[in-house]
Amino acid sequence: MSPTDIDAGAALPKTRRDFLPLLLPVALALAALPFIVFFSSGTTWVTLTIAGLAMGMMIFVMASGLTLIFGLMDVLNFGHGAFIAIGAYVATLVLVPLGGWMQADSVWLNLAAVVPAVVAAMAVTAALGFAFERVVIAPVYGQHLKQILITMGGMIVAEQLLYALFGPQQIPLALPTSLRGSFLIGEAAIEKYRVVAVLVGLVVFLAMLLILNRTKIGLLIRAGVENGEMVEALGYRITRLFVGVFMAGSALAGLGGVMWGLYREQVNAAMGGELLVLVFIVVIIGGLGSVTGCFIGALLVALATNYVGFLTPKLALITDILLMVIILLWRPRGLYPVTSR
Amino acid sequence: MMPLSGDPPRSRILAIALIVIVVVLALAPFLFPGAKPLNVAAKICIFIALAASYDLLLGYTGVVSFAHTMFYGIGSYGIAIAMYGLGPRWDAAALGLVVALPLAAALALVIGLFSLRVQTIFFAMITLAVASAFAVLASQLSWLTGGEDGRSFQVPQVLRPGFRFDLLGVTVTGRMLTYYLVFACCLLLFLLLLRIVNSPFGRVLQAIRENPFRAEALGYRTVMHRILANCMAAAVAAAVGALNALWLRYTGPDTSLSFSIMLDILLIVVIGGMGTMYGAIVGATLYVLAQNYLQTLMGTVSAAAGEAGLPLIPSLFHPDRWLLWLGILFIASVYFFPAGIVGKLRGVNPR
Repeated sequence: MSPTDIDAGAALPKTRRDFLPLLLPVALALAALPFIVFFSSGTTWVTLTIAGLAMGMMIFVMASGLTLIFGLMDVLNFGHGAFIAIGAYVATLVLVPLGGWMQADSVWLNLAAVVPAVVAAMAVTAALGFAFERVVIAPVYGQHLKQILITMGGMIVAEQLLYALFGPQQIPLALPTSLRGSFLIGEAAIEKYRVVAVLVGLVVFLAMLLILNRTKIGLLIRAGVENGEMVEALGYRITRLFVGVFMAGSALAGLGGVMWGLYREQVNAAMGGELLVLVFIVVIIGGLGSVTGCFIGALLVALATNYVGFLTPKLALITDILLMVIILLWRPRGLYPVTSR
Repeated sequence: MMPLSGDPPRSRILAIALIVIVVVLALAPFLFPGAKPLNVAAKICIFIALAASYDLLLGYTGVVSFAHTMFYGIGSYGIAIAMYGLGPRWDAAALGLVVALPLAAALALVIGLFSLRVQTIFFAMITLAVASAFAVLASQLSWLTGGEDGRSFQVPQVLRPGFRFDLLGVTVTGRMLTYYLVFACCLLLFLLLLRIVNSPFGRVLQAIRENPFRAEALGYRTVMHRILANCMAAAVAAAVGALNALWLRYTGPDTSLSFSIMLDILLIVVIGGMGTMYGAIVGATLYVLAQNYLQTLMGTVSAAAGEAGLPLIPSLFHPDRWLLWLGILFIASVYFFPAGIVGKLRGVNPR
């Protein structure tokens, strides 16, 4: 058999699955258990864990867009934080006039207020993402230095415009009635909204995995991550793919912003910048460009913040950084580095 | 050409502008009596040295750091904490420097080891994260740093405003002496940086900026060079921070660690011209003058538009929205003006 013959029947060599990072959040939660039981009780641990999961899911929703955009387009969007804040503000603009429905004691009326708010937030951020990609980022593809500078500039301008339009004050954003309060499981009180946040995060994560692994678009995106030129050579317009992914990533940032605003029950113009730092840490921990890594990174950061915040509040200020340092000592490119970069 | 390390301005207009700036700064206490102009002059000196140290990173090494204010802050806090704790003595200032400079360099080394190995984009993200954590830490550890209020401290007798003596018929005050201390140190730091970028080491940095693979193939250890450049820039920034603290006799989060100072530096370097060093002088002078005199103008415009009843204009031109216009200017200059003022004057076509 000459070496050029290809045995079409033979299976492709299987890529080795790397499950170790998946165990990290579980290990972290279990490691924290004895300490928290020692200082408080098991129910505190349950509450903290659920809070951590909810926070992690929200951070994941915000960060997933950033990591996907980086993976495909090799663009690190420092303006991502602006989309988060804009999403939250758009939702507030929709929800304030619908205040009556939000306060009503009916799930359906509450939904009738929240769903349009979320849709509006995602639509506006997607549209802005389109404009931002075409006008601001397209001229500087492949030039990292300029990308960083320009997207950072975009971030500042957007944040300042929010200040100019809405003022520097915190704008309250009340949760709808049906999401307020908490369940009791045994002794542990679990806030309803946190459960909803976990569910939304899981849905986003699973949807992203399905789209990336089971659809043609996903195949193209993954191929684009590996080798964009080859995808183009095969006749696909990679710029359209870029725009689409950028819009989707921005819309996810908007969704994350709405969720975070409802979680904190307030929005302000500085939230984008603050969350951007958190999102960066998560994306670095996960490995730039990896959705699964981003998911695990978000959970790790949120759980660690919650546990450490409970045990030693002073240390909580630098928990994220310490976690990032530990992970990078173990894997210098993050948990799941994207191989081509 | 020895002090300029064989790297002259290479443009007649630029040379004249530089001479005017340096001469005016050197004579500032005599040309402009009064507290505010002297403050502006000192700030220009400080920002020239700070922006030049940042240019070593951004312009010559081609890496974006968002932690430059952290190192600046370490220097500021080093002096402030030492003088606050030990009193207005020179040995306290020296102790502050001896602790702060190596600390800044060591921190830069650690950050570099973590992030410069991988990718410059990693470095930008990690410096942003570390710097924001540091700022939070500095404002929370109030027993050490004074928290949000910062630390006011006394300076040695000869640097106080009340100290005066006659020199050849001219009254010299302690404030003037402080100014000349700041001026001389900033000038020396600038010349040192100019020497560094024109040394063989600086040439390697530029080679790495242009093509890291080729530089590595030629046998230069790119990571070590980048890390070393990062440490040098950090140490200079810390020294400048110490000077700033001495001048203000105060250190707080707003004067040393705030993100807006980071943006100031970025803007100065980009507008002045990346990778030119002289860009820092031109950029810092224009920028600080604009900040001090245009911001007042913005307030006037905002108030006038408010009285005229125009919508939105008052809030867009409110002095607090200074950063909005800076951001727009920043984006525009990265796009249309990548070589900066110095590049334009030298007639270099931007790549």
